[in-house]
Amino acid sequence: MEGKKLKKSIITVLGKDSVGIIAKVCTYLANNNVNILDINQTITGGFFNMMMIVESEEVVKTFPVMASELEQIGEELGVKIQAQHQEIFEMMHRI
Amino acid sequence: MLNINEVIETNKMIHEMNLDVRTITMGISLLDCVSDSLDEVCENIYNKITTKAKNLVKVGKEIEQEFGIPIVNKRISITPIALVGGACCKGPEDFVRIAKELDRCAKEVGVNFIGGYSALVNKGMTKADKYLIESIPEALSVTDRVCSSINVGSTKTGINMDAVKMLGEIILETSRKTADKDSIGNAKLVVFTNAPDDNPFMAGAFHGVTEADTIINVGVSGPGVVKRALENVRGKDFEELCETIKKTAFKVTRVGQLVAKEASKRLGVPFGIIDLSLAPTPAVGDSVGEILEEIGLEYAGAPGTTAALALLNDQVKKGGVMASSYVGGLSGAFIPVSEDQRMIDAVEAGALTLEKLEAMTCVCSVGLDMIAIPGDTKATTISGIIADEMALGMVNQKTTAVRIIPVIGKGVGDTVQFGGLLGYAPIMPVNQFDCSAFVNRGGRIPAPIHSFKN
Repeated sequence: MEGKKLKKSIITVLGKDSVGIIAKVCTYLANNNVNILDINQTITGGFFNMMMIVESEEVVKTFPVMASELEQIGEELGVKIQAQHQEIFEMMHRI
Repeated sequence: MLNINEVIETNKMIHEMNLDVRTITMGISLLDCVSDSLDEVCENIYNKITTKAKNLVKVGKEIEQEFGIPIVNKRISITPIALVGGACCKGPEDFVRIAKELDRCAKEVGVNFIGGYSALVNKGMTKADKYLIESIPEALSVTDRVCSSINVGSTKTGINMDAVKMLGEIILETSRKTADKDSIGNAKLVVFTNAPDDNPFMAGAFHGVTEADTIINVGVSGPGVVKRALENVRGKDFEELCETIKKTAFKVTRVGQLVAKEASKRLGVPFGIIDLSLAPTPAVGDSVGEILEEIGLEYAGAPGTTAALALLNDQVKKGGVMASSYVGGLSGAFIPVSEDQRMIDAVEAGALTLEKLEAMTCVCSVGLDMIAIPGDTKATTISGIIADEMALGMVNQKTTAVRIIPVIGKGVGDTVQFGGLLGYAPIMPVNQFDCSAFVNRGGRIPAPIHSFKN
C-alpha cells in the first residue's frame, strides 16, 4: 500500500472549540503531503464541526495509519477526528 | 461537492442512530466437495471454505475502518449440507461429523456464524434429508457457530407435513440437548417456507444450488435511522410518513451497496445481492418496535400494528430498490422478539401475543422469530404453530419462517437470557388446545390454487 494513490477523503473534527485545532490538523496533513481541497466549519449546539475534503497524490502513509494518527491528534486536543473515504457520503447523498 | 451538513448527517446516523452494515455474508458452493468418503468430504469442505473465505474478516475490517461504517458480522453461507453429504453419510452421526467440521472452519476463518446445515424438503425427503434433520439436536448442541434451516414448504409445492411433524419433535429435542444453556440450540434453527437462496441473514442463510460458486451478499440494517427520521414527521399524514421512510431506506441501502461492491472487488468474488432489511438488535434505539410506536401505536401489538408494519415494509422496499439494482434475500422488516427491546417491552406489557405476531408476519419479511415458549409445550403444538406460519407463506407467495425456542424448565412469567445479539425474552404463552390429530395425519398439504384470488 505504501506510495499508492489515495482516494479523496473526508476528515471531520467534532468537539469543543479551542485555539489551534485547525492549525494542528493542517500541520499534520502538510507534513504528510496531503492536499486540502475544501475546508468548512460550523458551530451546532455549542459544538465545533469541521469538515475537510483532502486528496493526496503521494501518500507517505497508508490510509489506516493516517486515520489512526489523526484520531490520536484528536484525543490530544480533546476532540473527535475521523478520516473516511469520500464515497460513503457521495453514495448516500447523490443519486 | 459535498457539503458539511451531508457529512454531519451521515456520521450522526452511524454514531447516534446505530446505522451499520449488519453482515457481509460470503456464499460458498460446496457441491464440488461431494465424495462417497466422509473423510474426503470433510477435507474438501475444510480446504474450500478456508481458502475462499481466508480474507473475508480482514477485508471486512478494512472497509469498516476506511469508510467509518461498522460492519457487525462477517458470515458464511454454504450449499445445503443434505445435498453435500448425501453420498457419504450413512446415518445422522455422519452428518454431525460434517457439522463439527463446519464449526472448525468458521472458527478458523473467524466468522461468527456459518449457515447452511440445511435440507430442502418442501415436497419430500430423501434418506439424506431425513438423516440430516435427525442429526440437528446433536449437531447444534456440539457446535457453536453452525446454523441450520429446513425448508418445509413452498407456494409451488405445498407443505410437507411429515417434515413439519418431525420438526416439532426435533425442536423439542434440540431444546433438551441444550437445556443447560437455556435451550439456545433452537436460536440456530429456522423452519422456512419459500426460503430464499441468497439470504445473508442468520440463522436462515444458505447458499442455494442456483447460485454461482462464490458470491458476496450484504445485509444492511438501520431501524434507529428510520425511527429518528420519523420523529420529524410526527402528526403528519401518511404521504409524508411514507416519503420519509423511503428516503431513509434509500440512504441506508446505498451504504450497503457501497460496502458490497467494495468487498466484492477486494475479495475478487462477484457481488450477489443487497438484503435491505430492518434488523433490530437489543440495543436501545435499534428497534423495529420503536418505529411502530413512532408511527403512532402505544405498543407494537396494538390495533393498527399490522397496517403500520405493512406500510413500513413496503416503503423500505420502495426506497431500497431505487438504491440497488440487485435486491434479494428477505428484504423487509424483521420482527424478532428477543432481539428487539421494544418488542420485549410490548410482550411484557401484554400488548403483543403470539397470535398478533402471526398476523404481523403476513405483511413483513420472515416470521415468528426468536420467540421463547414454555419448555413443556407439546411437540404437536409446535408443529401446529409451524404449519400455520408455513400456510401463510405458501398462500401469500412469500417467505415465512419459524424460529421458536421451547425453554426447558421455564414457563410463562419467566425470562430467558440468550446473550449478545440474541438478547433476552419473556416466555410467551401458547394456545393450550390440542392439534395432535391434525399434525399426525401425515403426508402433504397440496399447493394452493393460483387463480381466483380473494
